Amino acid sequence: MAAMNLNRKKQRVDELAATTGARVEGNVDAGGIKDAEGVSLLASAWRRLRRNPAFLIGAVVVVLFVLVALFAPVLTGHDPSTRYLIGEVSQQNNPVPKARPGFPLGGDPVGRDLYARLVFGARNTLLVAVLATLTGFVGGLILGSLAGAFGGWVDSVVMRVVDIMLSLPSLLLAFSIAALFGRASQWSVILAVGIAQIPIFARLLRGAMMAQRHSDHVLAARSLGVKPGSIVLRHMLPNSLSPVLVQATMVVATSIIDAAALSYIGAGNADDTQPEWGQMLGQAQNLIDSYPHLAVYPAICIIVVALGFTLMGESLREALDPKSRR
Amino acid sequence: MSTQTTDIRPAPRADGDALLAVRDLTVEFGARKDPFRAVDGVSFDVRPGQIVGLVGESGCGKSVTSLAIMGLLPKRGNRISGSAVFEGTDLISLSDKQMRDRRGRDVAMIFQDPLSSLNPVIPLGIQVTEVMERHRGLKRKQAMPEARDLLEKVGIPDPNRRLKDYPHQLSGGMRQRALIAMALACQPRLLIADEPTTALDVTIQAQILTLLTDLVRDSGTALIMITHDLGVVAGMCDEVNVLYAGRIVERAARHDLFADPRHPYTYGLLGSIPRLDSPRGQRLNPVPGSVADNLPWTSACAFAPRCSQPIAQCREQSPELVETDPGLDGPRLLRCFNPITKETS
Ligand SMILES: Nc1ncnc2c1ncn2[C@@H]1O[C@H](COP(=O)(O)OP(=O)(O)O)[C@@H](O)[C@H]1O
Ligand SMILES: [Mg+2]
Repeated sequence: MAAMNLNRKKQRVDELAATTGARVEGNVDAGGIKDAEGVSLLASAWRRLRRNPAFLIGAVVVVLFVLVALFAPVLTGHDPSTRYLIGEVSQQNNPVPKARPGFPLGGDPVGRDLYARLVFGARNTLLVAVLATLTGFVGGLILGSLAGAFGGWVDSVVMRVVDIMLSLPSLLLAFSIAALFGRASQWSVILAVGIAQIPIFARLLRGAMMAQRHSDHVLAARSLGVKPGSIVLRHMLPNSLSPVLVQATMVVATSIIDAAALSYIGAGNADDTQPEWGQMLGQAQNLIDSYPHLAVYPAICIIVVALGFTLMGESLREALDPKSRR
Repeated sequence: MSTQTTDIRPAPRADGDALLAVRDLTVEFGARKDPFRAVDGVSFDVRPGQIVGLVGESGCGKSVTSLAIMGLLPKRGNRISGSAVFEGTDLISLSDKQMRDRRGRDVAMIFQDPLSSLNPVIPLGIQVTEVMERHRGLKRKQAMPEARDLLEKVGIPDPNRRLKDYPHQLSGGMRQRALIAMALACQPRLLIADEPTTALDVTIQAQILTLLTDLVRDSGTALIMITHDLGVVAGMCDEVNVLYAGRIVERAARHDLFADPRHPYTYGLLGSIPRLDSPRGQRLNPVPGSVADNLPWTSACAFAPRCSQPIAQCREQSPELVETDPGLDGPRLLRCFNPITKETS
């Protein structure tokens, strides 16, 4: 079961990696007819993307999400950590204030504005997701470039470690890493979720770099005596990045979900003055029977945003995959 | 006739004259037990400023020969033997680092596919200056005006703007010109061109070949011109080596080879060049078969199965490359038991 999962993951990653790099294989001596589309691979990818509804929906969701995160203070006059309705909470035996003018979604169990918390929650959710993705990206960049650039035993050692990490579900990995930090904070969540994504990025980058190693332009650069360092940094790496960026889009979605899951199982950030959707969802679980809406709102936000990033990433991947081109 | 030509024949050259002397170059791929010889004991000379052709069908080992000379074959999975002495140094035995310092400075190479030979994410100017920075210690700022002049010299219009362009903004011909500029940026003494026009339109092909010939003649750079198309060789090479299944089967000066081909393979290749005076719509008659149905050279002539006039000996014995009666312009080497003569042709 785990092995099957690993193989599926590997295959996906490797296919994505193969979207870059060595174009000409074997002998093309006699032919000489070139793929006219090759002239502007990006342009043709964009042409297909523009007409793809999945990409458009994903892009709209992502853009809206980022806008909400950026302009949170404009969208609500309330502060997410002020207990506006604390009086009502302490007076009544009904601890969760209902919706009312100025509080379209009502309050949370300690009297803060639920709407304001959701809006500001977009901010931290974005922050956590982006920083976690960045952590995975940078870690994967270093490991993957090492393996892809040097090959040989460096490659074997690095990729063995990466494959072991890859064989664990990313959430389990993130939880284990989070458990290593004594007290959970926003940063421990970011690191745990991010480190769990390193193996995917590493494998992806290594695959793309390997393809670049045998590409024509790398051979041409070598034929001019360009040094190995420049070959890696100027010729291989920049050309290996497009599948990595596609993956990054999808990892943002995974990070949001993983961060929420960490909160849910109690490994999340306990300090809730700056709300985050996953954290809100995690805290709502005690009251889920009597007040399901406390969980439903952040859950919907998480699902929609994660779906948006996934749709965008998947359609990018398809657009860049030569096999899906016609 | 042959008595006349003996007088014109240049004295046999000592190795010392050669800029590059390739001797017994052999490249094997695959397992040691079951090796595949892509290049099998190839020897030839290139004198300073000379244009030497390396001709043969796809898969006969032209690219592998050039990559071996340049030290660009993969480190693993092949065995190289023989030597390629360039200005007194055997390139084959140089270390990676030593060879790297020579590539682009002393010997350079251009490839078949100009589209994929340029880095898609770096502007042209930076790619051209890269090689000057590397070998001549120039700063990019200093090198840029020179890169501009270089682009102009290879016939790229509006070079100032082109320096900032990315490869995909250039046509195929322009890209190959840019690659020629990069290869010649440090004035190497030897340039290897591996099918430089195969991926280009016919009209552009002629332009690029003319440019290449002019440039190397002007600068005194020697050129190894690799092609599967004898028509390309006809216009520019001083001497032509015909390669079949990893071995040289015939070598002669250009005019001798074209006027009086001796090897049936050469003869067949010549027959497959389209001619202006051939009737329209007439099928060309290329050499039948393909390199794939080779016999190994070990116990027979590898060309025998496709040959138009094989004799029994061709299937029993492997022919050696021997000097035969010289042509008008120079000596001639031939690997054939039953060569074409004026009467049979
Ligand atoms: N890296 C390699 N590994 C194994 N075989 C190779 C390799 N490179 C070339 N060959 C084989 O060597 C032969 C000669 O190839 P090549 O020199 O590229 O031919 P061409 O004359 O068309 O340039 C071909 O049969 C090819 O399949
Ligand atoms: Mg070739």
